[in-house]
Amino acid sequence: MHELRRKLLKGGASATLLSPLIGTGLLAPRRVLAAEWNKNAFTALTIGEALKAYGSANAIESRDIVINAPEIAENGAKVEVEITSNVANTRSLAIFADKNPMPLCSAIEFSGPVLPYVRIQLKMAETTRVRAVAKTTDGKSYVAFREIKVTLGGCGG
Amino acid sequence: MTDRIKIRAQTQGEVTDIRILMQHPMETGLRKDDKGQRFPQHFIQTFTVSLNGKPIIDGQLNTSISKNPLFAFKARGIKIGDKLSVAWKDNIGEQRQDEASVT
Repeated sequence: MHELRRKLLKGGASATLLSPLIGTGLLAPRRVLAAEWNKNAFTALTIGEALKAYGSANAIESRDIVINAPEIAENGAKVEVEITSNVANTRSLAIFADKNPMPLCSAIEFSGPVLPYVRIQLKMAETTRVRAVAKTTDGKSYVAFREIKVTLGGCGG
Repeated sequence: MTDRIKIRAQTQGEVTDIRILMQHPMETGLRKDDKGQRFPQHFIQTFTVSLNGKPIIDGQLNTSISKNPLFAFKARGIKIGDKLSVAWKDNIGEQRQDEASVT
């Protein structure tokens, strides 16, 4: 646990050290695409922390995000979830499983001709609420929920 | 050793269905062998889909994506013959890139 904390501290320090360089053009920020793996959000251990680290703690609930998933998943190692966002100007979709050891499962950013849709297969530790978060080009977050029952957990404990 | 990424992109009317299968163990780090030793974490962290060389999808994954991740996307206005390439990178620095044409 201490080791993880060290790493987090180290990661934070280097980000702080490097950020002044961005403005100088020495480290030109790459485009929206191909961003660094969002370690803080992916390694967060609770849904609250994960949402906060992902920048969507204040997501507004929306019926314009549709989650298609089985009501009961027999095998938690492979649960297929389909997300469509009808929220205008959706730029990215993220999926969280509230009770997974690390709730944030995946975050996908789209551009150009890609429609705000993704079909993805998740591992789920136990019966849990799944939430899909859509971020728009103006930085707002929207969220929709769906409960999925799992009869056999898929994290391999 | 990494396995070829399977990419299938089929256009019907205006919309192209893109399916991507990345062959990867996606070890969570929680699974144990017979002796109770945990298999080390080994999972894809990022992947990028590019259309004719220009990135259009950027994905970030956690250990909780199923083994051999399968993704489906939809796009509008892609032409038959366009080139789609997919590149992934995992937590131990392995990477793989493959390309396919839209049909």
